[in-house]
Amino acid sequence: MNAPAYNFAYLDEQTKRMIRRAILKAIAIPGYQVPFASREMPMPYGWGTGGVQVTAAILGPQDVLKVIDQGSDDTTNAISIRKFFAKTAGVATTTATDEATVIQTRHRIPETALHASQVLVYQVPIPEPLRFLEPRETETRRMHALAEYGLMHVKLYEDIARFGHIATAYAYPVKVNARYVMDPSPTPKFDNPKMDNCPALQLFGAGREKRIYAIPPYTQVVSLDFEDHPFEPYRFNAPCALCGAENSYLDEIVTDDKGGRMFVCSDTDYCEGRQAAGHHGSLSAAPYKEKAHG
Amino acid sequence: MYVAVKGGERAIENAHRLLAHKRRGDQNVAEISLDQISEQLGLAVDRVMSEGSLYDRELAALAIKQARGDLIEAIFLVRAFRATLPRFGASEPVDTGAMRVQRRVSATFKDIPGGQILGPTFDYTHRLLDPSLAEGFVPETPAAAEASTVPTPRVTDILGRDGLIESSPQAADGASVGDLTREPLNFPADRDLRLQNLARGDEGFLLAMGYSTQRGYGRNHPFVGEIRFGEVEVEFVAEDVGFAVPLGAIELTECQMVNQFKGSATEAPCFTRGYGLAFGQSERKTMSMALVDRALRARELGEEALAPAQDEEFVMSHSDNVQATGFVEHLKLPHYVDFQSELGLLRKLRQEFAEAFADANAPDAMKEAAE
Repeated sequence: MNAPAYNFAYLDEQTKRMIRRAILKAIAIPGYQVPFASREMPMPYGWGTGGVQVTAAILGPQDVLKVIDQGSDDTTNAISIRKFFAKTAGVATTTATDEATVIQTRHRIPETALHASQVLVYQVPIPEPLRFLEPRETETRRMHALAEYGLMHVKLYEDIARFGHIATAYAYPVKVNARYVMDPSPTPKFDNPKMDNCPALQLFGAGREKRIYAIPPYTQVVSLDFEDHPFEPYRFNAPCALCGAENSYLDEIVTDDKGGRMFVCSDTDYCEGRQAAGHHGSLSAAPYKEKAHG
Repeated sequence: MYVAVKGGERAIENAHRLLAHKRRGDQNVAEISLDQISEQLGLAVDRVMSEGSLYDRELAALAIKQARGDLIEAIFLVRAFRATLPRFGASEPVDTGAMRVQRRVSATFKDIPGGQILGPTFDYTHRLLDPSLAEGFVPETPAAAEASTVPTPRVTDILGRDGLIESSPQAADGASVGDLTREPLNFPADRDLRLQNLARGDEGFLLAMGYSTQRGYGRNHPFVGEIRFGEVEVEFVAEDVGFAVPLGAIELTECQMVNQFKGSATEAPCFTRGYGLAFGQSERKTMSMALVDRALRARELGEEALAPAQDEEFVMSHSDNVQATGFVEHLKLPHYVDFQSELGLLRKLRQEFAEAFADANAPDAMKEAAE
């Protein structure tokens, strides 16, 4: 039997070079989706194969890797991916945001501000922001080429007409460098402002859809909105029940079957860091105390 | 008090240990061997090799064992291994006309040069459960005869000699074959890439798409020109030696569908082709593939393309079961943060609705709406 042998960080060097070329092109054209010959990875499509390929292509032996899913280092998929690179690349791993040089994420941007020597790698399920308005790739590529984004604005307008608000709570579309409309991956719109003028390089990998795109450091990223309906990040209006943070994105935890709820930071590293620094929450937030947010 | 969710790492390890235990099943029952899978579940191995795009019976059998018989999971295992293999080049085109045929049937001619050969087939068996197979069944020795030396030319070649069927376009000299596992797919895609996509595509998906063309969604009046199954030689031109070196023999199933004719003011009408090819014995797969291949040629043949099976982006983007199963199953991954965001929006909309409703209604009605 052909006993398998694997390269540093799993992918062979030829594949890594191909991915790096795609990454360089993506950085050169901020927000543009670069097609790449995505490989079958040893984890399923839809579980971060795009992010894993990008990470594998940029990872060096000196890197320190952090992997989060839903903001947490301890969700099963984050653990699985972190172990994958610890095993195949032997790199150091961390849960501390400021210690990491490469952070792979699914659905969140860390609360701790990123710095210039870091790369944030997003796992992306559907890279095409126009996909649910136009299912055809041939059409959406043309629309991007012509910067024909009227359809997206009509969709946002229809939301306002129907609901009084833009009814997109996550994967909220942004315009990058005043040119390409981009899907920020299914991060809650709370995280959108963090992408703007960010000192860290942001790379996006979509394995199943075979696309890579990027936001270079210090690039303008604007959430789409209207003058009379400006973009509003959503946050549940309560302090974290564990660390008392007033400005972090919160997970809602169902504590009983009688409507009991508590709200805690979704970013576990941020929350633990604050608790270690002596911040404490109530441990029991009253449920449904939600106000309008801005 | 809520304790932050920790310990995922140990939970994963324990889950995998339990999986290994379940995979083995009752340890008083003999363990299944790779040879047993390869010999006695041969068609499962064929399917895993085809859709896994890797001709290796032993690895496919291992994948089936590791996947507990879940064939899509086994295909996934094979694909992930295949992705890491170096590429030395492309083989010479295999000559299915020179196939050592084990089975070969045509639905278009009663008799053909080389004859109809039924071979090992479920066709014409009565689907009655057979209790004698449950244990200790020893099959009769199959009937044997001297191997025939009569050539078995492809039926489409016979039709082609009279110009009754369109000729297969010859590859340009030195033109490389597309490979969607090495180059990202762009639409519209050429037929080589379409056929590669279909060859790797899920049998069930292609079966349903092919079936839909028979039921009027992109009807193209197919006849099975020929299905043949047997062994062909694979040859590879090594740069160093300068000639084709045989690499070995593989088993293939080929289906050539003969479809409704086309013609124009300048061209005499002739039959058109749909093509299916798969590793091992995979007749359902190759027939479905041939139907879908023909349906996807609608644009090229100047037909109206309105049905799903004629829609290249639809078919090619959804045929791959490894992609499909990954994305469908990823829904079981946590989505708390997006869901929380949606929850926030929905509560806000409901609150606004309740307030607007309260303003517009009597106190009694308002009470009801708030509930």
